[in-house]
Amino acid sequence: MSTSVYEPVIGLETHVQLETKSKMFCACSAAYAGAEPNTHVCPVCLGMPGVLPVINRRAVEFTLLSGLALNCEVPDASKFDRKNYPYPDLLKGYQISQYDLPFTVNGWLTIDVDGGPHRVGIIRAHLEEDTAKLIHKRENGASHTLMDANRSGVPLLEIVSAPDIRSPTAARAYVQKLRLIVQTLGVSTGNMEEGALRCDVNISIRPAGSEPLGVKVEIKNLNSARSVQRALEYEIDRQTRAIEGGQQVIQETRGWDEDRGVTVSQRTKEQAHDYRYFPEPDLPPVFLSPDWIDGLRQQMAELPDARRERYQREFGLSHYDAVQLTSALGVGTFFEQAVALYARPKVTANWIQGELFRVLRERDTDIQELPLTPEHLVELLVLIDDGTISQAIAKQVFDDVATSGRSPRTIVAERGLAQISDATELERMVAEAIAANPQAAADVRAGKAPALGFLTGQVMKATRGKANPAVVNQILKRLLDTA
Amino acid sequence: MELHELTVLRALDALRSREVSSVELTEAYLRRIESLDHTLGAYLTVTAARARSDARRADELRRRGDDAPLLGVPVALKDIFCTNGIETTCGSRILKGFVPPYDATVATRLAEAGAVLLGKTNMDEFAMGSSTENSAFQSTRNPWDLARVPGGSSGGSAAAVAAGLAAASLGTDTGGSIRQPAALCGVVGFKPTYGRVSRYGMIAFASSLDQAGPFTRTVADCALVLGVIAGHDPSDSTALPDPVPDYQASADGELRGLHVGVPDEYFVAGMEPGVERAVRGALDTLTELGADVRPVSMPHTSYALAAYYLIAPAEASANLARYDGVKYGYRAPNANTTLDAYLRTRGEGFGPEVKRRIMLGTYALSSGYYDAYYVKAQKIRTLIKADFDRAFESFDVLVAPTSPTVAFPLGAKTADPLAMYLSDVCTLPVSLAGLPGLNVPCGLADEMPVGLQIIGPALGEETVLRVGAAYERASAWQPRIPEI
Ligand SMILES: [Zn+2]
Repeated sequence: MSTSVYEPVIGLETHVQLETKSKMFCACSAAYAGAEPNTHVCPVCLGMPGVLPVINRRAVEFTLLSGLALNCEVPDASKFDRKNYPYPDLLKGYQISQYDLPFTVNGWLTIDVDGGPHRVGIIRAHLEEDTAKLIHKRENGASHTLMDANRSGVPLLEIVSAPDIRSPTAARAYVQKLRLIVQTLGVSTGNMEEGALRCDVNISIRPAGSEPLGVKVEIKNLNSARSVQRALEYEIDRQTRAIEGGQQVIQETRGWDEDRGVTVSQRTKEQAHDYRYFPEPDLPPVFLSPDWIDGLRQQMAELPDARRERYQREFGLSHYDAVQLTSALGVGTFFEQAVALYARPKVTANWIQGELFRVLRERDTDIQELPLTPEHLVELLVLIDDGTISQAIAKQVFDDVATSGRSPRTIVAERGLAQISDATELERMVAEAIAANPQAAADVRAGKAPALGFLTGQVMKATRGKANPAVVNQILKRLLDTA
Repeated sequence: MELHELTVLRALDALRSREVSSVELTEAYLRRIESLDHTLGAYLTVTAARARSDARRADELRRRGDDAPLLGVPVALKDIFCTNGIETTCGSRILKGFVPPYDATVATRLAEAGAVLLGKTNMDEFAMGSSTENSAFQSTRNPWDLARVPGGSSGGSAAAVAAGLAAASLGTDTGGSIRQPAALCGVVGFKPTYGRVSRYGMIAFASSLDQAGPFTRTVADCALVLGVIAGHDPSDSTALPDPVPDYQASADGELRGLHVGVPDEYFVAGMEPGVERAVRGALDTLTELGADVRPVSMPHTSYALAAYYLIAPAEASANLARYDGVKYGYRAPNANTTLDAYLRTRGEGFGPEVKRRIMLGTYALSSGYYDAYYVKAQKIRTLIKADFDRAFESFDVLVAPTSPTVAFPLGAKTADPLAMYLSDVCTLPVSLAGLPGLNVPCGLADEMPVGLQIIGPALGEETVLRVGAAYERASAWQPRIPEI
């Protein structure tokens, strides 16, 4: 791959299902996950004759909240438009969407990748409705298609980025950041496996340093941050090879084949739709009063970037540590609850980034799924501080808590993991170690430092890690000096 | 007087005084439908069993002291209104067999007011037409001359009331589809202000223009029925929230000092002399009643037809996209692919006028043409509204002909769509401006009824009804049912 001479220009369109109680334009429940097909439906979301849409105010508020979180501007008024295209999963034959007057425009978000915070422009974040789901089946040699309209009319937030992204890893970071923001706001589960967040990416490549854009290819329906990165890596490679092989990249829409790890052509520009947008006559314009917007701004949860800055300011954490603690939902809250009980933020942060992140990675899970509480972590840190357990033992206890949810103190007691700090007991064991290793003892006396470590190790081994190494060290030095 | 000749108010008097029961009244209408409708073709579906059970229930309620505004009165609904459990076709083959699981809001309101549903009336397919000849199922004949059309698109509802096959009916008006057939059939027909009556459950043709309204034999009946169906509906975001006044009370009152404007541009070239004579006669009557009648110019009137035939088809092209054979209604057999299924279902399911308008609307919205057609038409619409705004600074109402001609013979205009479109030239501007327009019969020309159109400002229903009622009382024309 010789991508170094070519620069990718990447933009994303992300669809986020909003977690409102009811659908976008009817009273049906939007929480259809796991429901029997066609049980969350009514004449409105089935697109039956004569029925009319009614705007879900909460969905508008979720859109506005998202736009505000993405530093967007909110116009005085907005409206809905009809986007016309025929497909069986689109029950009215048009989608109610927004065309030239979306709810929010001209924002940005920051990603921490490729050497530091980068700003990605947000062109718009608008509101539309989701489609039904088609299920293609083949039975006894005959194929047929079934339709489930539960998803039809679920509110969908579409966020369009500017073509500001320059690498597949940055695109992945963008998706992860967007996901974190909608989760933090509580407007979506952001669950990509369930289709609550889906991405289309636009990618073109151009010789590094050149101004004009290359031919744009769209890759549709990517349903994980990882697929976004992989599909882009593949596509950059494909386009680079095409150009270097003297071929032209054609403007087209491609799909991502996750199993084969390749993109596949779906339709070319000539087959592109003319959506014939026009203002939705069934819905009046929506006026966005400053009072309404200010009220929403006030009820907005603290966003990841603001939280990161606060951690640096309030807890004296480094930029890196603060980014780590604010990059997944719930971690920051866990950290803050722990710090409220234990006034050593840096130590707490280290444990979260070290042990907690290791456990989450190993078990491929989220912090919300673990039985470990901030109180558990604090109890563990206090046990280290007061010398009850060593760092090494503490890590074992941490794993146990993360599995069992039992308190660290209980685990230490039941498993007999407390350090031996009793000087008489330890003195006896140190004496035994010296007696058993006369050569090492002689080396220590001769001033050979590594031998001291060896003897300490022998004592630790004999106590199965429970001896307080600092105390052992002291006793060793004393006994050997006076021997 | 026979039962079917009673106006709604007279019928209610008779029901209240127990002179007649709703069952007797309903049976009289059902008998009349049975004997005449095979000739007239006003109904697509006669809901006799539903009518009888509605009537029995109305009589029972009245015995218990109920006196809902239309309790026991037999009415008909244009087949554009969805009716729970009753086939609703919108005059189209593509909806043949479609039985909605919900009621239009107006159907619910009529039922709650105690009305008895006689059936669903014929119409031009998807309300596209001015003669009811575009129905996929049958032609409706004008009760005044069976060789002529009843007008359209609500021709079935107009003919049913004119012939005494219903005491009142509902139609819809997008560019004149209530007022023009009311004029051609010699009955009262009212298109209220856009948004005054809920559109929920009314099958959409052009959403920014469609409006439901009543057909009756008198203005007083019209006021009563309008009061029942008007009002806010949370299911229709374009329905106006303003409270509904007492239209019956407002229909009483004098015209002394009222300023009446007569737009010159509505007396178009090609207007039949008999029509103009009858309308001018009506203007004299208004003057005699003390109104100050003066001419007014509405300079953008001549652009209304072109603007309407871009905006309405554009909206229709989207509204009719849902009829694809996948979910309900007609589905062409033996299609091989999704596209093939669409093409065949829509090719076989829609009639020529509907296809013409879908194509026209699709074209007007297409990339590269949108600004030249759709956007420009909207600008004209704004100018037409401004014409009315200016006129209503000086006048309380405007009065004009409803149709430039009396009812024309069946088949006379079917081969010439443009000639058919011109039937609505006097009603289209009012629709584009979203204003209330009332048709009141104002005499005969060549033995056929002529209609007077009374136009009010937005939410000016009360004034319009007052002028209509005053004219009706003073005019030589008395409501009557022609011999069929
Ligand atoms: Zn629904």
